[in-house]
Amino acid sequence: MEKTIHITLKIWRQKGPQAKGAFETYQLNNISTDSSFLEMLDILNEKLISEKKETIVFDHDCREGICGMCSLYINGHPHGPDEDVTTCQLHMRKFKDGETIIVEPWRSRGFPVIKDLMVDRGAFDKIIQAGGFISVTTGGVPDANAIPISKEKADEAMDAASCIGCGACVAACKNGSAMLFVAAKVSQLALLPQGKIEASRRAKAMVAKMDELGFGNCTNTGACESECPKNVSISHIARLNREFLKAKLKD
Amino acid sequence: MKLFIINSSIGRKLIMSLSGLFLFLFLTLHCFLNMFLLGGPSAYTAVNDIMELPVVTIMVPILAAGFVIHILYALWLYWQNYRARGEVGYASGKKSETTSWAARNMVILGLVVLLFIVLHLTQFWAKMQLQSFLGGANQVHADQSYDLVANQFRNPIVSVLYIIWYWVLWFHLTHGFWSAFQTIGIDNKKWQPRLQIIGIVYATILAVCFTSINLYFLFGFGA
Ligand code: HEM
Ligand code: SF4
Ligand code: FES
Repeated sequence: MEKTIHITLKIWRQKGPQAKGAFETYQLNNISTDSSFLEMLDILNEKLISEKKETIVFDHDCREGICGMCSLYINGHPHGPDEDVTTCQLHMRKFKDGETIIVEPWRSRGFPVIKDLMVDRGAFDKIIQAGGFISVTTGGVPDANAIPISKEKADEAMDAASCIGCGACVAACKNGSAMLFVAAKVSQLALLPQGKIEASRRAKAMVAKMDELGFGNCTNTGACESECPKNVSISHIARLNREFLKAKLKD
Repeated sequence: MKLFIINSSIGRKLIMSLSGLFLFLFLTLHCFLNMFLLGGPSAYTAVNDIMELPVVTIMVPILAAGFVIHILYALWLYWQNYRARGEVGYASGKKSETTSWAARNMVILGLVVLLFIVLHLTQFWAKMQLQSFLGGANQVHADQSYDLVANQFRNPIVSVLYIIWYWVLWFHLTHGFWSAFQTIGIDNKKWQPRLQIIGIVYATILAVCFTSINLYFLFGFGA
C-alpha cells in the first residue's frame, strides 16, 4: 500500500549570482514515499505554478544516476542522507512524516550560484579541457586483449571512471577542494597504457587548472569519499599526488 | 627553483607533510631522551651532556625552521581553504562522515599545541639552551636540569596541563601520520587502514611515554 508523508521544506532561493539569497519555507502534504526527491520538487513547482509564483530552479537531466547533473545539499549531506546515490535516486521513504528538510545549493567558491539551487559547475569542464583526455587518434575499436591489462588495473581504472562529475566531493569538503574529482579523472587514464604516456603532463595541467580556479588544498578529511554517489576512493588522491610529485621532480 | 612548493596545492601539501614528518622524528627523539628522567639524576645528566654537544646546537635552528615552516604553511593553507569554501555556509551543517574528528580540526589542535610549546620553551629551553647562546652566565646546566624538571613537574597544575597537551597532540598526530603519507602519495586502498592504525599506535606510544614522566614526578617518585 502506498504510504504518504507531510513535510516542511526550507529551500534556498536566490534570484541571481549577485543577489542575496534566503531560505523560504514550504509545506507539502501527502507526498508518496515512493516518489523521488526530484519528483517531490516537481510537485512543489506545480503547486507554485498554480499559485502563480516563481518556480524553484534546480539542476537535473537523466534522473537515473548517470549524468551527474543533479545536485542539492540536503539536511547536511550532498545528495541527501542516503548512501551512494545521487539526488535523483534519493527517495522520499528516507524521510520521516513531519520532517523538516533543508535544501541548499553546493557551496564553494569554485561553484557560484546561478539561481536558487543551481550552481555553475563549469569549473569542472575547464579542468577536463586542461588535460583530461588522450591526445592521439586511437583509430577503430581494437581487438579485446590486444593490449594486455591486468584485472586489478582495469578494475581500478573502471572505479575511477565511474565519476560522473557531480561535484558532491567539493560540496562536502571543508576546504572546497576538488581533489577527488581530479584524482578520478587523472587515475582513469593513468592506470591504462593508452593514458599512461601523457600521465605527467595531464596531472600537472589539471592540477594547475584546479588551483587557478580557486579550489582549496586537500587535507585528507575523507568527507568527499563518504559523500561520493559513485564511491570513488581517496586512494585515487594518493595516486594523483604521486603522479603530480613524480612529474614535478622530473622537471 | 622548484616553485611548485609555493604555487601548487599539492606542492604546498608536500611541504606540510615533510615538515610534519620531520617534527615526528624530533618528537620521537625528544621522547626517547626524556624517558631517561625515569632513570634518576645520573642517567638524565648523562643524556643532557649529549644535549650540550655542538651537533645538537646546530640542530636547534633547523628544528626551529621545521616548526616555523609547518606553522606558516598551516596558517597559509587554512586561509586559502577558508576562502575556497565560499562566503555562505551550510545552514544544515556538515554531517559528512570523515576519517576522524581530528581530521576536521587539525588547525585548532595545532594551535593549542603551539600555545603549549611556547609555555614549554619558557619553562625549560629559555633556562637551558637559550642561556648558553647568550653566553652561559645564567644557564641551568646538565647537572641541575634534572632538578629543574622535577620541580616543575611536581607542581600538579603544570603536570596536568602537560598531560592535556600530550593528548591534544595525540589527536593531531593520529591524523597527521597517515595524512602525511597520503599527501606524498605513498598510500593505497591496502595501506590506508594500516597507516591509520600505525599512526594511532605511534601517537599513543609517544603520548603514554610523555605522560608517564609527568605521573612519575607527580606521584612523588624520583630524586
Ligand atoms: C610536534 C609538533 C607537530 C607535529 C609532529 C605535527 C605533525 C603533522 C603532520 C605529520 C601533519 C600531516 C601533513 C599532511 O597532511 O601532509 C600535520 C598537518 C598539519 N599540522 Fe601539524 N604537527 C605539529 C605541530 C603543529 C602546529 C604547532 C600547528 C599549528 C598551527 C600545526 C598545524 C597543522 C595543520 C593545519 C596541518 C594540516 C592538516 C592536514 O593537512 O592534514 N601542526 N602536522
Ligand atoms: S568524485 Fe564522486 S562526488 Fe566527486 S564529482 Fe565524481 S562522482 Fe561526484
Ligand atoms: S539527474 Fe542525472 S545523475 Fe541525477
